[in-house]
Amino acid sequence: MSSDSKEVHHEEGDHQTMTKGRILKVAGILTFITAIEFIIALWMVPSGTLPIQYANPVYIVLTLFKAFYIVAFFMHLKFEKMGLALSIIVPILFIIGLILVLTNESHHWITLRG
Amino acid sequence: MSTAVSQIDEIKTTPWSGGRSPFNVEYGKIMMWFFLLSDAFTFSSLLISYGALRFSASVWPAADKVFQSVPGLYDSGKPLVFVGLMTFILIVSSVTMVLAVEAGHRNSKKEVITWMILTVVFGFMFLGCQALEWSHLHHEGFWWGSTPNAEKLKEFFTGGTEVTRHLTAQEFANLFFTITGFHGFHVFTGVIINIIITVNVLLGTYEKRGSYLMVEKVGLYWHFVDLVWVFVFTFFYLV
Repeated sequence: MSSDSKEVHHEEGDHQTMTKGRILKVAGILTFITAIEFIIALWMVPSGTLPIQYANPVYIVLTLFKAFYIVAFFMHLKFEKMGLALSIIVPILFIIGLILVLTNESHHWITLRG
Repeated sequence: MSTAVSQIDEIKTTPWSGGRSPFNVEYGKIMMWFFLLSDAFTFSSLLISYGALRFSASVWPAADKVFQSVPGLYDSGKPLVFVGLMTFILIVSSVTMVLAVEAGHRNSKKEVITWMILTVVFGFMFLGCQALEWSHLHHEGFWWGSTPNAEKLKEFFTGGTEVTRHLTAQEFANLFFTITGFHGFHVFTGVIINIIITVNVLLGTYEKRGSYLMVEKVGLYWHFVDLVWVFVFTFFYLV
């Protein structure tokens, strides 16, 4: 038991980890990105500065940025072994496949709905 | 007698040669990661189906017209304000969770307790907001299998005919309640798990164990819930 916990501590000491400063920095980035999304949704789109068809891809890119910061820093994946990170990230690529398949399918639904 | 070891008898020390975790992570944490991966697939399937149905529809309820109330303050005219508050609450709860994990690394029981309790409080606040949001939409007539009447539906759309408005409003209601409901259920279980872990911290279970690894594992789950909300927020409220 005691050797177990010792090992855990050793492992944690081995790699870089989250400090309070870094946590607050990431929190700041997440809040900032959300604030940009609000500025786009509440002012830029209604006033016509940014048409909705351009705003949507911007929202998605900003969302992916937020997802990266949450997974990499809050969930600590950036500091894990490359093997673990890859075993999580690579299967996620299947989701892109599902997006492509269902986008194609929904094109067909448009004609079905008439 | 020679002490030289032949090459084949040498003990290998590479990460994958056995005897230790090749990923340098405790097994429960790996299993949490793989559970979250499977959960990510479930949520993606729901969100992608939503995307496909919405993409193939000729009209769709406009988010800034459907979601424009702040319960208790404004009945309408404040698009995104309330959901902005919900998003902020969830981000803050994620921050308090990492702070709990960070305090756990330093074996500071007192700080872990403070941050865990704050995480639970923010979790409950989010659930409360979600309940208000649901009841508001329910009072307007949206629910699984039901929509507001044709006259009221007009307010939520720009264009469309009575038939298409009714059809897509129904699709919207079903998808909204299913997806935010599934997410809300995750938040609820997350709060329950956080409470259990907080009680264990209070009892000194992890202090005796010498490591606050359990806090890290529930932390992963809690951040995942935040991660899913980031996507739900974008695809239901912004796009």
